[in-house]
Amino acid sequence: MTLFLNILVDGVAYGMILFMISVGLSVTMGLMRVVNLAHGGFALLGGTFAHWFAAELGLPFWPALVLAVTLTVALSLPLERVIYRRIYGFTDLQQVLATIGLTFLMIASVNLWQGSSLLPVPLPEGLKATVDLGFRTLPAHRLMVIAAGLAVVLGLWWLLERTRFGIRLRAAVDNRGTASAHGINTDRIFMAAFGLGAGLAALGGVLGAEILPIDAYYPLRYMVLFLIVVAVGGMGSIAGSFLAAIGLGLLETAARYLAPDFATILFFALVMALLALRPNGLIVRAQ
Amino acid sequence: MNRIAPFALLALAVALYFALPYNLAFLTRILIMAVLVLSLDLVLGFAGIATLGQAAFYGAGAYAAGLFAIHAWADPIAGLVVAGVAGAVLAFISGLIVLRAHGLTLIMLTIAVAAICHEIANKARDITGGADGLRGIRMEPVLGLFEFDFVGQTGFWYALAVLAVVFTFLTLLTRAPFGLSLRGIHESPERMAAIGTSVYWRRVAAYTLGGAIAGVAGALSAQVTQLVSLESFSFTLSAEALIMLILGGTGRLYGAVLGTLVFMFVHHWAAANDPFNWLFVIGALVLAVVFFLPRGLVAVPTALKRLGGQNAGS
Repeated sequence: MTLFLNILVDGVAYGMILFMISVGLSVTMGLMRVVNLAHGGFALLGGTFAHWFAAELGLPFWPALVLAVTLTVALSLPLERVIYRRIYGFTDLQQVLATIGLTFLMIASVNLWQGSSLLPVPLPEGLKATVDLGFRTLPAHRLMVIAAGLAVVLGLWWLLERTRFGIRLRAAVDNRGTASAHGINTDRIFMAAFGLGAGLAALGGVLGAEILPIDAYYPLRYMVLFLIVVAVGGMGSIAGSFLAAIGLGLLETAARYLAPDFATILFFALVMALLALRPNGLIVRAQ
Repeated sequence: MNRIAPFALLALAVALYFALPYNLAFLTRILIMAVLVLSLDLVLGFAGIATLGQAAFYGAGAYAAGLFAIHAWADPIAGLVVAGVAGAVLAFISGLIVLRAHGLTLIMLTIAVAAICHEIANKARDITGGADGLRGIRMEPVLGLFEFDFVGQTGFWYALAVLAVVFTFLTLLTRAPFGLSLRGIHESPERMAAIGTSVYWRRVAAYTLGGAIAGVAGALSAQVTQLVSLESFSFTLSAEALIMLILGGTGRLYGAVLGTLVFMFVHHWAAANDPFNWLFVIGALVLAVVFFLPRGLVAVPTALKRLGGQNAGS
């Protein structure tokens, strides 16, 4: 029972982090049809800024988090404008290559600035504590991550289903040409979606620093993981990304608790089997 | 260009051997990478399969050759054959699954295959040496005549000979009906399917053959350096091989070799000047190639000629 609860809490927390980081990737891949291998780089940038604000400048955790996410979004917008807008028209392979190049530049920049050691983001006392539920205790950090993940899911749902921006974004994802013909400024929608995705990745990077530790090579190490979430979920599908992230989070956590030596192999083998059966992911968007 | 390029490259290799006698290990590394990039050119440049997992077969070949030399027979040529078979078997089995997918899913599955191999080699410490690498490889002389020496002269000529054989084989293959059908599949899979070609099995065959050649490259590395490390399966290796190929230009064999040569020298130079930030140089190089030279270095003469033509005309 305890083991089951541990797997559940850790797995869902892990899944929430995966969702926050990957959802932007899923939207950009579904929306702009760009294979953006540099997306994990935004999580790295967020984590690095948070480390700088909190550990070096001595700011408290929450302001550091807000500043780090803001700064990452502020960096991502001109990047979209200058680099990504040209990448959209490339072939798959050129997109892969260009974004690998960008990833290398991001890694090298962080490496130059902060070195290649681990970049911890110190947690406030409140999050280091454990919460007593009466029958057992749980780490507060995990609960906070789960709560933040749920808030992001609800926020995204509200944004996409209930706001003008959401209607336009969905229209642009479904058919860019028609959306544009209806007077929607798709360029601006793309830019906003890109910034939103980068900001969420930064948020996931900072909140998840306890689970996926930040260092300069972070984007390369976890790139496959983020891509798997998108591929399993189905490109451009936010609900799919959420299902995939939680499912994969639980799967990997369970594998790590139950068969620690074979966890990674088991994880990849199951993902491959799933993708062999459903090559387009869990939720396939109608074209 | 197509006819003289291989001989120019061969002459360049010999010239480099005499120009840089104290850097033979580095030059041999270039030759080995060229074999790997050629295998990628077959898979990607000719068959049009976008893969980021070519290191899976390179690593499989390296471990197969290393283990074969330690436990069975330390003859280099036999090791190459064993490694080629190992790479081909892995490529065939994984290709059956991977090649059902398209686009991004395909790219991701190829990364996943290499990641699984990496993990298996890491966990099977008793057989592969895990993170410490596979040590204790002692090779017999090549063809029973040429001992591997400390300076690396034998290693250089051995790798150059294998590269030349692979290059010749691929030249003949890509001109044969099989190679032409691969080009056709690359251009338009629907049309090839419509005229009765089994697109899926041709792609599996190309993938398997590419796996065999990548395995041979891995074996060369294991035999010459007498060490196999987990790096053989790394994503970085796959990505670098892809960068070298695009840099040179896909679909042309000499382009693959040229790209390898330029990339390795830039890498070497950047790492020597600032070992911590060579990634910066590589990243900038990649972006520059994608944005300004999408067809690779082999397109430079054509581009220059067009530029010259425009100037003359104006």
